Amino acid sequence: MADLSYDLKTDQMVLNFGPQHPATHGTLRLVLELDGEVVKKAEPHIGYLHSGFEKLGEYKTYNQWITLSDRMNYLSPLANNIGFALAVEKLIGIDVPERAKYIRVILAELSRIADHMVWLGTHALDIGAFTAFLYAFEVREHLYNIFEHVTGARLTTSYTRIGGLFRDVPHDFEELVRAFLKYFPGVLKELHGLLTRNRIWMDRTRGVGYLSKEDAINWGVTGPVLRGSGVAYDVRRNFPYLIYDRLDFEIPVCDEGDVYSRYLVRMEELVQSMKIVEQCLADFPDGPVNYFDHKYTLPEKEAVYDTIEGLIHHFKNIMPGHGFEVPEGEIYVATEAPNGELGFYIVSDGSNKAYRLRVRPPSFVNFACFDHLVRGNLVSDVVAVLGSLNIIAGELDR
Amino acid sequence: MNPWLLEAILALIKIVVVVFGVILPLVMMLILAERRVSAFIQNRLGPNRVGWQGMLQPVADGLKFLFKEDVIPGHVDRFLYLIAPGIILFPAIMTFAVVPFGDQLTTYIGDTLVTIKFQIADLNVGVLYIVAIASLGVYGLVVGGYSSNNKYSMLGGLRSSAQMISYELPMGLAIISVVMMSGSLRLQDIVVDQYEVWNVFRQPLGFIIFLVASFAETNRLPFDLPEAEQELVGGYHTEYSSMKFASFFLAEYINMITASALIATLFFGGWHVPFGILEALNLPVLWEQIIQILSFSVKTLFFLFFFIWVRWTLPRFRYDQLMNLGWKTMVPLGLLNIVLTAIGIAIF
Repeated sequence: MADLSYDLKTDQMVLNFGPQHPATHGTLRLVLELDGEVVKKAEPHIGYLHSGFEKLGEYKTYNQWITLSDRMNYLSPLANNIGFALAVEKLIGIDVPERAKYIRVILAELSRIADHMVWLGTHALDIGAFTAFLYAFEVREHLYNIFEHVTGARLTTSYTRIGGLFRDVPHDFEELVRAFLKYFPGVLKELHGLLTRNRIWMDRTRGVGYLSKEDAINWGVTGPVLRGSGVAYDVRRNFPYLIYDRLDFEIPVCDEGDVYSRYLVRMEELVQSMKIVEQCLADFPDGPVNYFDHKYTLPEKEAVYDTIEGLIHHFKNIMPGHGFEVPEGEIYVATEAPNGELGFYIVSDGSNKAYRLRVRPPSFVNFACFDHLVRGNLVSDVVAVLGSLNIIAGELDR
Repeated sequence: MNPWLLEAILALIKIVVVVFGVILPLVMMLILAERRVSAFIQNRLGPNRVGWQGMLQPVADGLKFLFKEDVIPGHVDRFLYLIAPGIILFPAIMTFAVVPFGDQLTTYIGDTLVTIKFQIADLNVGVLYIVAIASLGVYGLVVGGYSSNNKYSMLGGLRSSAQMISYELPMGLAIISVVMMSGSLRLQDIVVDQYEVWNVFRQPLGFIIFLVASFAETNRLPFDLPEAEQELVGGYHTEYSSMKFASFFLAEYINMITASALIATLFFGGWHVPFGILEALNLPVLWEQIIQILSFSVKTLFFLFFFIWVRWTLPRFRYDQLMNLGWKTMVPLGLLNIVLTAIGIAIF
């Protein structure tokens, strides 16, 4: 008798995963070629959320573009604000006041926690653990209350300005952050209890979406994905900015290179972020939050009303077609955003707008290795891997 | 009156009372309970606006389902698409027919002495009937998934058929060990057999196997792969809307009730009241019966709560892990349990 498997014709099924799909969190589209439930090929189609942020950078003044940076990685808008402001400041040669640096670091780390909470929630949700999702979102809600109190907005914070901040933090800021730091470890413990040693969670994530150390470097992934593959690279440590060189924190690394190790790395980063915030609060300096030269920053309202220089600076900064001019040159400045290296490459022709603005989004680079990660895995693993990369469509397509 | 006719009328009354008086209202309450309990677990409030503490929420949900547009997509296999919700709902309700929810009551109706059994049909092959009918449910999912002509539904239907077939085996093995203890396939006999010691203490391994298999049979987390939202959108019921979607929903909850009732019957002494409380109270017969039915209800409700509790705590298995667990762990354990039971019976 002939071997039956020769007679059976088995076609590969092409599954259109997205752009509207419960697990894609934004408008992602994957075209999966399936053999049964095994993924033979995964082709990401990007661009569904393309908004032309980079091109708009050539038409907006630097301070105007900060509002657009909110909309890239909408889970941690503050990190984007800070990264962009740092790039422009470095191009001009501004050194922001000490207090502004501290506030930026505190808010960057808090938004890292917020981002990781959404990542954890959606990642767990994709694997079926609904409760962890809501626990994590409750934490984010606390953080967003703090952000709202500080910046006036929950999501589109637009808090930084070139040369400083939109305004100083409110008087009870330290109190609020301390209260959060007291509340958060309990939730983190609960989340660990729900997931970390959970047999099903471990089975679902261990050995899935393996990325070796060499591959991770070759694909250019950064952030927790790279550290989950055993490379201790963190912009905060390797190329310190703001006050990170003065702070004591660790870079968590896990060698396994699978979804579980990325999970562990991110969970440990939460603890490290808390540690950083605590240190910042311990010696939180007083003083101004804006650069002294009001050519770049808005002067105090008293100065605007009472002095001619103040009035001139105010209008030069605010009026359309004016705004400060940035010296000719080009620069690349990277910060460690929650998802990895968030870089801004700015070319200035000496005018008040960028000649060319380019963002190096961590999601875009991390997503490139997706096919490599899921090939040969099952459909269920696709959502697990997607969750572990934490692709933010707004940042991916810009 | 003709005793045969009386029997038939009694049976009909029991069916109406159980299906429309117990199961369907219980399903409605269960849907509310699921939402409220999950809200409690997740630090939320849950639906509490419609009626007192949201008690009328299920009614509102039901009305909503009824008034939704009943969409039949153009690309479906019309006949199979239409009967699939029926196929799944029918066995779900039928399984409950042999579950004894109380002892029996002997009384005069007119001047005939009648024995009213608190069970719709006292089959002498009750256990086999349950296993047989329960496995019919899978056809609803497969037919639904196939007829929808949708890739996600297809995958959902395939997963569910593989899953339910794999888990009926360990479930059957667990039941065999129980049957070995009681020596009868009649569920009433199995309950009576547990008068002194509940089966959960005599068959702990069997109980665990049966419990896990019931989760898989009811397609609940951590075994809800056929409808895994994040992978397969809605699984086999992706293309269904309105009351047809509600039928799938109802069937899942009815299956849950049946599974809980079976766990209570097979392993937790059915309608027996523990610690000899009933004997100590020395109540009239009618009261004894009512307390026994209550005891059965409490046990069933506890397992319903347990189903909900687990669902909102655990993540989901992956397809191959589910198969491995079924065939490589549960089936050998079930066989081992039978051998152990046989040795136990031979010794004692």
